[in-house]
Amino acid sequence: MSDAITIAGVSKRFGSGATAVHALESVDLVVGPGEFVSLIGPSGCGKSTLLRIIADLIPPTQGTVVVADKPVGTARLDQEYGIAFQQAGLLEWRSVRANIELPLQLHGVGRAERRARAMELLELVGLEEFADHHPSQLSGGMQQRVAIARALAPRPALLLMDEPFGALDEMTRERMQAELIRICAETSAAVVFVTHSIPEAVFLSRRVVVMSPRPGRITATVEVPDVVRNEDFREDERFYAAVTEVREALRGRLAAA
Amino acid sequence: MSALLPRAAQVKRAAWLLVAILGLCVLWELYKLLMPDDGVSIGDTLVLPRTDDASMPHISEIIGTFDDPEVAGAAQASTVGSAVSSAAWYSLRLAAAGFLFGSLVGFALALLMQRVRIAERALMPWAVLSQTVPLIALAPLVYGWGANLTLFGLDWQPWMSVSIISAYLAFVPVTVGALRGLQSPPAVQTELLACYAASWWQTVLRLRLPAAVPYLIPALKLAAASAVIGAIVAEISTGLAGGIGRLIITYAQQATGDPARVYAPIIGAAVMGIVAVGSITLLDIGLRRFQGIPEPSAEPDIAGSVGGGPVLRPWRSRA
Repeated sequence: MSDAITIAGVSKRFGSGATAVHALESVDLVVGPGEFVSLIGPSGCGKSTLLRIIADLIPPTQGTVVVADKPVGTARLDQEYGIAFQQAGLLEWRSVRANIELPLQLHGVGRAERRARAMELLELVGLEEFADHHPSQLSGGMQQRVAIARALAPRPALLLMDEPFGALDEMTRERMQAELIRICAETSAAVVFVTHSIPEAVFLSRRVVVMSPRPGRITATVEVPDVVRNEDFREDERFYAAVTEVREALRGRLAAA
Repeated sequence: MSALLPRAAQVKRAAWLLVAILGLCVLWELYKLLMPDDGVSIGDTLVLPRTDDASMPHISEIIGTFDDPEVAGAAQASTVGSAVSSAAWYSLRLAAAGFLFGSLVGFALALLMQRVRIAERALMPWAVLSQTVPLIALAPLVYGWGANLTLFGLDWQPWMSVSIISAYLAFVPVTVGALRGLQSPPAVQTELLACYAASWWQTVLRLRLPAAVPYLIPALKLAAASAVIGAIVAEISTGLAGGIGRLIITYAQQATGDPARVYAPIIGAAVMGIVAVGSITLLDIGLRRFQGIPEPSAEPDIAGSVGGGPVLRPWRSRA
């Protein structure tokens, strides 16, 4: 199976001349099939920009991005990835099920098949009994689970997530992380996960990519041991070791700057 | 449960309207009763209106006038009431044609401005400016242009000029409201649709149009009221017969003989306005599901997950 994402020499400048902002500077990154990679760094390090380039929401100034062996534009048109943002962004006039069906509906999937897929996903995220509820009747955590189900609807091999749990409280957040681990195991999708929480990055990922700002670039990559991700892992020595390693990678960059 | 609540609110609003009308009648009669017949003057200037029967007929007389024969001693017994209602019906249809045409044009303009950013900057000032041209000045012009016009083999009818002028007044609120509504979805939703590779038309149909409903309803109500006013004023200034506009002028000329009669077409015009706005309220009820409670996560929302907000349910963990 080919790589989920190949990023080569990507730079991004916003604006031009003296006021230009170097958001990204020669970034190279490969994400393997089914691999969980987190992007971490302080605000303004370009991690969200990188995600948006992968999603083909903005073009890179230089360099190439290949998703599922296709240029990003084609990959977007072919629905090769699912995406979830910090805000769930559910359409408030649609039921939870109709929200999950939206990407399928836009691509002409028939009503019966859409419905079946939505029910399957609602079960996956544990919200079967809320199928006919409206988003405003759901808690923030539940809305975010609906958003993840919606991202998974077209069965993408790649999931892009931009601080999806950033607006949740700590307890809900940990529960959502465990849910995400389970969902990823069941769907075997590769994930690029943007966060600014070190424990979250370490708990979820096989690889934590550390970025630094002005210009945004990758300064370190921390491998997390390949162990079962359950609540015990949060108190495991290897977890603490990886957290420390990521923290030092972030701080080392600050000291040098 | 939630389906009944808005309906109860509608009934309540209708009841308040009735109370307001009754209150106005009571005020009218009280003023007439308590104030001197010659009104109140300071020096030679009349500051409060006269209350004699010629200036302020009793409410009962105004209501009674609906039952009077329109032309005294005429062969066919047509009452003022039937004259007013048939004139109001005629004008209402002209206003409805104007409303529909104006709303369509207004909405099409809003779509164009949403699609082409530069169109908004180019067209919006003109749309707003168009409303500063006095209708009275415009109406005879439209009437004059129309008189020389043949469309698809059909001769231009004078009533079409009235509907066009009515549409001219109705389109601006729709344009402004629809544009705001179409632009209302937050970035997260428009980006999501971009990620799904949705076409512009799909984005309009599935996202922008439903999101615009709460903005469109008040805009359409405003447009409906404007269309009625536009039709009446246009009837008067183009001299079109058959509608409530002409009747207002005709009865005003009979004021010395029958002061109460002047008020009959005014009441007819008011009823037209209520019917026009009321019909939009029906549309409002039909589109209720697009006007639900706004999504609480518009702001970063932690209330829900700690069991806070009133409309949010507490977390339920998976069984």
